[in-house]
Amino acid sequence: MSGSLVNEIVGIDSSRLSTSRVLDEVPIGIVILDSKQNILFVNRTLESLIGFGCEESYGIPCSYMLKCNHCFHGCPLKQLSLENRSVTTESNIINRNREKIPVRITSSLLLDQDDEVLGFIETFEDVRVLESECTKVERVLKLDDMIGRSPQIQRVFQMLPVIAQTDSSVLITGQTGTGKDLLAEAIHKASVRAKGPFVKVNCGALPETLLESELFGHQKGAFTGAVENRLGRFRLAHNGTLLLTEIGDLPLTLQVKLLSFLDDKVVYPLGSSKGVHVDVRVIAATNRNLEEMVRQGRFRRDLLFRLNVIRLELPPLCERKEDISTLLDHFLRIMSLRFKNRIKSFSPEARDILLSFRYPGNVRELRNIVEYCVNVCEGDTIEVSHLPAYLMEKQDSGIFDSAPASKDDDESEPVAVFKLDYPNWRAAEKKMIFEAMIKAKGSRSKAAAILGWGRSTLWRKMKRLGIE
Amino acid sequence: MIKILVPLLGDDIAPRFDLAPEAYIALVDDNQKIVEERTIVLSEASAETLCRMILDERITMVICGGIEDEYYQYLVWKKVSVVDSVIGSSSKAIELAIKGALSPGSILMERSIPQKSAPST
Repeated sequence: MSGSLVNEIVGIDSSRLSTSRVLDEVPIGIVILDSKQNILFVNRTLESLIGFGCEESYGIPCSYMLKCNHCFHGCPLKQLSLENRSVTTESNIINRNREKIPVRITSSLLLDQDDEVLGFIETFEDVRVLESECTKVERVLKLDDMIGRSPQIQRVFQMLPVIAQTDSSVLITGQTGTGKDLLAEAIHKASVRAKGPFVKVNCGALPETLLESELFGHQKGAFTGAVENRLGRFRLAHNGTLLLTEIGDLPLTLQVKLLSFLDDKVVYPLGSSKGVHVDVRVIAATNRNLEEMVRQGRFRRDLLFRLNVIRLELPPLCERKEDISTLLDHFLRIMSLRFKNRIKSFSPEARDILLSFRYPGNVRELRNIVEYCVNVCEGDTIEVSHLPAYLMEKQDSGIFDSAPASKDDDESEPVAVFKLDYPNWRAAEKKMIFEAMIKAKGSRSKAAAILGWGRSTLWRKMKRLGIE
Repeated sequence: MIKILVPLLGDDIAPRFDLAPEAYIALVDDNQKIVEERTIVLSEASAETLCRMILDERITMVICGGIEDEYYQYLVWKKVSVVDSVIGSSSKAIELAIKGALSPGSILMERSIPQKSAPST
């Protein structure tokens, strides 16, 4: 049954038509199942979406391979009957790249001439593209998952639609934690390839031999342990975008192979002399200085030229301090929702410290700090005591700026200006209280208002610090 | 000693970490013998609940099916080794994991149709 079902349609022409080849070219994911819901065929688009190849998937029950949420909450195939031959549902899948992708699934019966059920056919549409269309309004401050209001990041946002519409290679540089991967994904989503897969490979994460197989695939028997064919990330990214992160860590031998691919768009799997043409846009990202690596002979000059068609530099967070406040509020909202907390804001003192920090780990470090605070805080406001201890320790080490970054709301002039000559937080707090008391001409109520504290908080802190 | 957790669906590894109704926990000694094992029925299927359980139980290795990157990175950050996208029976996966022969994306399931008849694409 499966052979005639999957491979051939007879009668369109005098010769036989290969169904699998036709289905492979369809830009919607398609899976064909037998009557017991085992996979018989997966087309190329769905291979890219789920991250497993047709041969790997063959004979496996669909729920194990497709990992749909509706496999656990009422399989739509069970709703199908001769009267109700097709059902469309909204669901989500988790693919091999650990992405949760919202999909629209249409399931239909496959019947023979006598209306006997032969199996099922399902189509999978990636609806991320449609969802992102709905949120275009937010793009002034937000692009995909990237957020920023600083001129530097706004410039990147403005360039992005133009870059997305070209099909040239892109090189993204910037310090670790600045959002290079997010930017690459945003380029992919804004491009005409958005309906295709976005595949990410970390060139520094695997040893050279494994990386070659991971990128270009291998033939069964190519080396010990190659028990089945593997598609490789280039083929999985067909009609989509391939992001090569840590491109500076790519071994020289693979740099040659990548260069060859960029020239002729053909990949040669390990152990195979037959090339496969794939249509992939390559985006490379690194935190290294590739020009310096070229000078040292560790990176090929011709590959740099080939990748460097469009270059985007993401500024470190310390150079776009206007974004810190926006990012703090954004991550606070996200983390509060995720951990089901009721935390609404940062106290003015905590916010001042966070705004003054230089974030050597950039946005990633800021997000981790907010996550820590949300986990530690039990009330509805994050106070100084909820901040990670190392923030306090680092106040002495020159990792704080002399003045906090600007805040969203227009408050009175900042009372707390962190200077490096404060030995610790206690001393800084004492100084803050003194300055506020001087400004308030000795009135504790006014000093508390200047500091943004309640009167009782000020009284408690004064007592603790021994201020009479 | 390694302590392994496998999100379960029946006797197999649950296809999705966040939707697993049960979890199997095994304590393996230095002689690669399972010295303690138990299965826990989860009151609600959720990735957060499982992550909390993994940390509370001081699990050192998780063998699972599909897992969102956010939870994967969180567990790795917490020094838990995660072998994901594994398809097949939990006992076979644990056996391989103890020998150090289990890799992400392994398909350990017997195919219900002989693989040689797979269509060529």
